Amino acid sequence: MAYVTVKGGEQAIDNAHAWLAEERRGDRTVQELTLAQIEQQLGRSVDRAMGEGSLYDRELAALAVKQAQGDLIEAAFLLRAYRTTLPRFAHSLPIETATMQIRRRISAVFKDLPGGQVLGPTYDYTHRLLDFDMAHSDARTSDEAVSTMPRVPDILGHEGLIEPDGNGEAEPGDLTRQPLSFPATRDVRLQALARGDEGFLLALGYSTQRGYGGTHPFAGEIRMGEVAVEIEPPELGFAIDIGDITVTECQMVNQFKGSKTTPPQFTRGYGLVFGFCERKAMAMALVDRAMRAEELGEEVTAPAQNVEFVLYHSDNIEATGFVEHLKLPHYVDFQSELQNVRRLQREVALTAERAEAVCGQDTPPPLAGGSWGQGAVPPSSPLPPTSSREGRGRFSP
Amino acid sequence: MKGYNFAYLDEQTKRMIRRALLKAVAIPGHQVPFGSREMPLPYGWGTGGIQVTASVLGAGDVLKVIDQGADDTTNAVSIRRFFARTAGVHTTTRTADATVIQTRHRIPEQTLRDDQIIVYQVPQPEPLYRLESSRIETRRMHALADYGLMHVKLYEDIARFGQISISYDYPVMVNRRHLMSPSPIPAFDNPKLHRMPTLQLFGAGREKRIYAIPPWTEVRSLDFDDHPFRPIRAPHPCGLCGATDSYLDEVVIDDRGGRLFVCSDTDHCAERRAAGHVGTEGLKEAAE
Amino acid sequence: MTDETLLSARKLSLSYGMLPALVDVDVDLWPGEMLAVVGESGSGKTTLLNVLSGRLAPDAGAVWYRDPDGHLHDVHAMPAPALRTLHRSDWGFVHQDPRQNLRMNVTAGGNVGERLMAQGARHYGSIREQAIDWLTQVEIDAGRIDDMPRTFSGGMLQRLQIARTLVTHPRLVFMDEPTGSLDVSVQARLLDLIRSLVTRLNIAVVLVTHDIGVARLLAHRIIVMQRGRVVETGLTDQVLDDPQHPYTQLLVSSVLHA
Repeated sequence: MAYVTVKGGEQAIDNAHAWLAEERRGDRTVQELTLAQIEQQLGRSVDRAMGEGSLYDRELAALAVKQAQGDLIEAAFLLRAYRTTLPRFAHSLPIETATMQIRRRISAVFKDLPGGQVLGPTYDYTHRLLDFDMAHSDARTSDEAVSTMPRVPDILGHEGLIEPDGNGEAEPGDLTRQPLSFPATRDVRLQALARGDEGFLLALGYSTQRGYGGTHPFAGEIRMGEVAVEIEPPELGFAIDIGDITVTECQMVNQFKGSKTTPPQFTRGYGLVFGFCERKAMAMALVDRAMRAEELGEEVTAPAQNVEFVLYHSDNIEATGFVEHLKLPHYVDFQSELQNVRRLQREVALTAERAEAVCGQDTPPPLAGGSWGQGAVPPSSPLPPTSSREGRGRFSP
Repeated sequence: MKGYNFAYLDEQTKRMIRRALLKAVAIPGHQVPFGSREMPLPYGWGTGGIQVTASVLGAGDVLKVIDQGADDTTNAVSIRRFFARTAGVHTTTRTADATVIQTRHRIPEQTLRDDQIIVYQVPQPEPLYRLESSRIETRRMHALADYGLMHVKLYEDIARFGQISISYDYPVMVNRRHLMSPSPIPAFDNPKLHRMPTLQLFGAGREKRIYAIPPWTEVRSLDFDDHPFRPIRAPHPCGLCGATDSYLDEVVIDDRGGRLFVCSDTDHCAERRAAGHVGTEGLKEAAE
Repeated sequence: MTDETLLSARKLSLSYGMLPALVDVDVDLWPGEMLAVVGESGSGKTTLLNVLSGRLAPDAGAVWYRDPDGHLHDVHAMPAPALRTLHRSDWGFVHQDPRQNLRMNVTAGGNVGERLMAQGARHYGSIREQAIDWLTQVEIDAGRIDDMPRTFSGGMLQRLQIARTLVTHPRLVFMDEPTGSLDVSVQARLLDLIRSLVTRLNIAVVLVTHDIGVARLLAHRIIVMQRGRVVETGLTDQVLDDPQHPYTQLLVSSVLHA
């Protein structure tokens, strides 16, 4: 049978994409999802796609979720790739979470406080029982009102019990324009975390609670609701409101025993994400605080404290691309490894043969070029395959 | 393409990348950080190469894209289509006709010219990463030209295997100053890097680094005087064109150990066959 | 021999917050000389070692090194690459814990050969020959050349670190409690080895130790430090046999009665 080089990559790609489109739509007797349905009824998916996609647009995010068949990393990727082509008209002023129209606000450090504890639309205290009624319809309503209320860290701040927050005056960095460099400032770190993968941050935050870089956290406050986004066009000279966005903010209050120059006080771990993503906001706050270990004179030993490690691995678009690139052809590299292994095996076999031939004679002749010395390993002979010194020659840490 | 700038990236971004390229050319082998953009293709699939190509491409250019030496592998097809759509440039599979060649894992067999540019896709620009994972530390090592560690790795290979066992992404010293990853090309291709008349540009999108080898630059593969660098090649002629000096793909033709070796550079092989060279497979075919 | 010093420091001062670690310290070291810096922990002796070797910048004062061509270099004004080059050629550093210096996932031969390779040695056979030579010199069986350091005992690790440091024939070696982590039984053997090697190779050594016995065995001269200050300095025998400063007297008597 004669071998013919493979052609038709282009056709193969087209066919694959047609198949994908068919699978995405599924059974055509089932009604197609509308963007409004996704935006309204799969809100948490939309929120996560917006956060990790780094683009606040509920309708586009709903489209991305639909196009990605609900694969949220794929959806975030679609949003990122679209976002990067958008022109930049202005920078917003820092959002003011103190004036948030609160839908949810809880504090784990004070039993009661101005504004009170507001549970809001939470899964907390639901019993995780599949609700079979929901299989058909869900028409329950609620009539909770919203209001503003003071932030818990501000209450602690009045007494000087917690470190001050930044004043927000310095121009923040932007990872989408400038590559990460070290030392990475906190604004850049927070940007990376806000765009970072929820699962990665969750696992890292969890690891700090299990002793890998503990931060002694208290959930000072978690709040979720709407805040105004304002810009200040230079030609106007005053700020104008361009719309509201939903965000979840978590401020962890952490023990700090003080140092030679700083009196004992509480420190902050900060988390802020688009939409209602409480799990991620909390994990982000834990990791933010863990990464401040060096700044606060704590020993850096755990993964969550290693700024370089966290920042280089938090982005799921980067991570998924590189993990999945392993399915691209690597024929050439593998071929060179094949030839390499074959060559090494040949040489091992050759050495073994030679050794056998030498042992078979009465008086071993001196080996060419070799005064190997008693008991010494011959300088350039491969190890016997059954070396007891396991792991020898392995180099990477 | 409607709604997008020529070659996808906006002109500001291209200028930023060209500035990084100029710096890279000025410091051969040095990794220049750049504001890598989020592309509509996944990281690790050539986003660095694509951004570099987009930044140097003009309307009159003729583009060739290869992956594993072949024009017809799926990712090469996908990237070639991307530029055909977004830049409308002419594309080709003929090495000699191309003005810009974007490649993953190979250097074409045909000697490249000084009026061509070759753009490499780079998954991991840091040659020291297997030995030292912290990029803060490796950056310092480059700054101080502190490369003893890389030689220790080669020493350990010889002590363990009797020879250097790196078969691809074989580290090189550029212009006697910077240790550089040539991208995962087979060590077989390393000699082509040395004093190449062509401008060689390297783009790593996910890692956000660009580097370059200007034309005619000295590029040495690391080795020892008594264990000189040895490129590896399968000891067979190409089954299709009979070439004995090209890099080969190994094709499994049955499950009884049957193997066929053919040129990995598909254009090179096709050109040779067009010129009348025939390998064993071709002869079999003729006999049938 | 010569009246030109190899290393000189003048008026070194450094404090950690309110805590003075060095106060107006002067040091002179001549080629081939072994100088011991003794004192209790917290006396500033390790800080002095780090400042002399350029690893830690002083608040005030300067350290000068004379290269083989006779040129003087201000150690703390040198560009980082030059200082790094110095550290991997003319100078050496022996840590108390050999694991800080050795690469534990690289064979003994690779550990000894690294400095040669960093200096440009590119002949595998000759690197290996020198590694075997050095392993033998520090009394490690040449047959262990391809073994990982983690299979070595504490004493062997320390000897391997010394081979790794001396292989490039440095002119000056800084040693921080080189026998500090070892059992008393192996300390004596290592001290003996250090003495014979540095004498034969004419290496100058700045040795930090809290152990007066180590200083007496190895050092030509001695500096006694207390709370960041040099309280007494002189020839080892003189200082130890006839201590002038009350603190030195206390140190010496505590050893005698121990």
